[in-house]
Parts: sequence; structure tokens; C-alpha cells
Amino acid sequence: MTALLRGLLAFGLWLLIALGSHAQDLQPVPALTDRVIDQTGTLQPEQRQALVAQLAALEKEVGSQFVVLLVRSTQPEDIAAYAQRVGDQWKIGRRTVGDGLLIVVATQDRKVRIEVAKTLEGAIPDLMAKRVINEQITPAFRQGDYAGGLSAAVRVLGGLAKGEGLPAPSASGSGDYGGEDGPDPMVWILLTVVMLPAFAKAIVGVFGRKLGPLLTSGGAGGLAWLLTASAAVAGLAAVVGLVVALVVGVLGFLAPRVTRGRSFPAPGGWGGGGGGWGGGGSSGGGGFSSGGGGDFGGGGASGSW
Amino acid sequence: MALEQLATWTRRLAGVLVFAALTGCGYNDFQRLDEEVKAGWSEVLNQYQRRADLVPNLVSTVKGEANFEQETLTKVVEARSKATAIQATPELINNPEAFKKFQAAQGELSGALSRLLVVTENYPNLKANQGFQDLRVQLEGTENRITVARNRYIKTVQDYNVLTRSFPTNLTAMVFRYEVKPSLTVANEAQISLPPAVNFDKPAAK
Repeated sequence: MTALLRGLLAFGLWLLIALGSHAQDLQPVPALTDRVIDQTGTLQPEQRQALVAQLAALEKEVGSQFVVLLVRSTQPEDIAAYAQRVGDQWKIGRRTVGDGLLIVVATQDRKVRIEVAKTLEGAIPDLMAKRVINEQITPAFRQGDYAGGLSAAVRVLGGLAKGEGLPAPSASGSGDYGGEDGPDPMVWILLTVVMLPAFAKAIVGVFGRKLGPLLTSGGAGGLAWLLTASAAVAGLAAVVGLVVALVVGVLGFLAPRVTRGRSFPAPGGWGGGGGGWGGGGSSGGGGFSSGGGGDFGGGGASGSW
Repeated sequence: MALEQLATWTRRLAGVLVFAALTGCGYNDFQRLDEEVKAGWSEVLNQYQRRADLVPNLVSTVKGEANFEQETLTKVVEARSKATAIQATPELINNPEAFKKFQAAQGELSGALSRLLVVTENYPNLKANQGFQDLRVQLEGTENRITVARNRYIKTVQDYNVLTRSFPTNLTAMVFRYEVKPSLTVANEAQISLPPAVNFDKPAAK
């Protein structure tokens, strides 16, 4: 028993370390909060607003999602590698179309990169991206006109995307943008409604009402993490596991016969948890959120000024 | 009483079994990851092919430059023909020997190409040549795509191999004879870890 306990503890510890060690020495990918993210304070507020409006209008007209990110430096990474990571994480572009484009500017490194999602690689080949950098971005940047350079670049790139004949943006936009693709809902319903209480009951039965819920929580979280590779879902599962185990434990204490029989206690207790993952992907807030469809395969071009 | 206990335990056991069947054996994960590995490998091949297709144009453009360093150029041509001589099929993953050879050949081409690009810096005419600059951008983009494709392949293979080797899915792997797949490595590891040799003796253009 102690060996099992120790093993479980070790697993929990490992989980913590594994979750924590994602942050390395590389530059972090900022949260996607808007169409223009300026970490350097290079753009004036009204310039930023104008650029955001330009990008929003483009998305409304063409459907493609463009995002501009200004960072100080991408060191120790090459700007292409950094932009790739950002693209992989943000996945900007409509969910079903995947037409995203990312402009990364590293002001301290004096490097710029246009990262093009696979869908747009036909409309904006590397050569065109390079040309935009050479003709629109670099000359303006050299004169310190960051807003002008970016705006001109977006205008040209938007025109190219427009010429591609992408699917028209849908009026409501609801079909194009959504959360991440979750696993089959059936699996989740089955797991939460059927498996979790049984699991919790077994664990609580073995480890008692104090340790049991904690272990259930850890187990559910760890399992969800393994299944979905998402820390958010894992956290949610851990909380749901804890609640379910506590409910099972308390009910088991109050009326052991009932819980040990067949009917599971009050499904409503954790039913709310099941709905949680559905909306988990969208950052919400009424603002901008990634369509989640953009697949960045290394297309685009880099330049320096 | 005993019967009731038995029923409880049977129910528990059934629960555990269903649970294991749903999440533990990983058969579906194997299928999914196997396909992902295949697709990832095809993408790697695809991007290598794209590079191989670019090289002849690059070579002929550079050849236009009078008295260009012949040795560098020949090396690129040779490396390309060596790389394309290997039948790049998806089945290559299952043949460690050929896999290694293929990687080595592509690595050689990478080396020869980057050397070529470094050397071209010495030729102002080439630097001003729009056609050459365009090819250079395309080559750069292709190298980027190769890197991305290779990274994705490595990650997918890692997932697959972890699944193959960790308990309890290793039992499934044993039953169905799923084996660990080869990952991509850097062929000239020793070379890369050495600091680059800088030589200022040579004149800028030979």
C-alpha cells in the first residue's frame, strides 16, 4: 500500500515538474489578446488602434486573420523559429479555412518576419512576402515609421489574400471561429458520468475520505492531461474529480448503502463540469480570438532593416 | 452477504476493465499516431523534393557568374544527385539502413548549399542579380519548411515511441508488433559542435 502511495506521489510530482518545465530560456509566446500586440511601446495608441481597425476590416472583408506582434527580441532564437512557435500556438486563421498571417517585428534585433499559414502560401509565396518586406516594411522602418510600414504591408498582403478567392467570411462568423477541437464528446460524457464516480468510489473506499478525493483529483487531472495534452482541461478534470470524490465520500458516509448500490449520487453535482471544456478554447471577452485553423509550415520570409 | 460482495467486486472489476479498454490499451492511439508519422514523413520528403527541384535553377544562375568557385558548385551538384538517387519512398522509415543513408545525403546537400550561399556573398554581381536573390529567398523558405517538417516528424515519432514503450500500451504494441520508429537526427553532430573555422587569408574573390 505504501509503495502504491509513494508511486502515486511520485507521479504527481512528476506531473508538476512536467507542467512547469515548459517554460525554458526561450522567449515566451504572449497571449493572443488583440490583432496588434505591441510589447515594446513602439506604436502610439492611436497608431495601434488604426492598425487594429485596418486588420479588423480586412478580416471582415476577406476573412483572413492577420496579427501583428512587436517584441523586443527573439534571442536566443532566430526570428523564423520564434515566429513559427508563435504561429503554432496561436493558430490564427479561420477554423475551416486556416488563412492566417503573422507579422513579427523584433525591434531590438531589427528583424522582421512575415509568417504565412499554409492556406495562404499560394496567395502570398515567399517571394511576395520578401518583396513586401523589401519594399513596404524596410524603407519605412529605417526612417522609424513603424506604423506606416506595417500598415502598407498589411494593405499589400491583404490585397494578395483577397485575390486568392478564399471562401467568403460568414456573416455571423460563428462557424469559422471556435474553440479547439476537443476529443469526442461521448468519451467525455462517459468518463465523467460513468467512470469518474466509480473511480472515485473505489479510491475513496481504499484510501479513505481524506486522501481519496485528493488522489481522485490528481488521477483525473493526470488522465485528462494525458488524453488531451492540455493543462486547462487537466485542471478542470482535477477539480471535477475532487468535487465528485468529495460528494461520493460524503454521501458514502451519510448513506453507505445507497452509494454502494447502483444509483450514483446527484449527477447535477458534476454535470456542470462537463460543459466547461466546450467553451474552453475561445478566449472570449467580446474581443479578438483566433480561429484556430491556421497551420504554419514555415512559409513566409524574413528581413532586417 | 458473500454474494452481494461478489457482485460489488464484479462490478468494480468490470468498471476497471471498461476503463482500461477505453483509455489504457491505446490501440486507437497507435493507429492515429502511425498515420501521423507517415504523413509527417511524407511532408519531410515533400519539402526535400522541393529543395532538390530548386537546386538546378540555382546552379545555372550561379554558373552565369564568370569564374565562380567551381569546387563549391560541383559539390552542390554532386550532393543533389546523390540525394535524389535514393528512392525517397514512405517505406524508408521502416528501413533503418536506407533511412540513415537518405539522411546523410540530405545533410550533405544542406551543407553544400549553405557553403554555396556563403561563397556567393563574395560576388557583387550575384548579389545584385534579381533572379539569384529570388532563388535565394525561395531556398531560404524551403529550408525553413524542411526544419518545420522535420521538427513535426520528430515530435510525432516521439509520441509514437513513448506509446510503444510505456506501460500498459507497450503490451498492445507487443501484441500487434508495433516497433519503435526511427527519429531524425543531425548527421554530422561532431562537426556542428565544433566552432566554425574562420579564414581571413583568402582574397575576397578568387
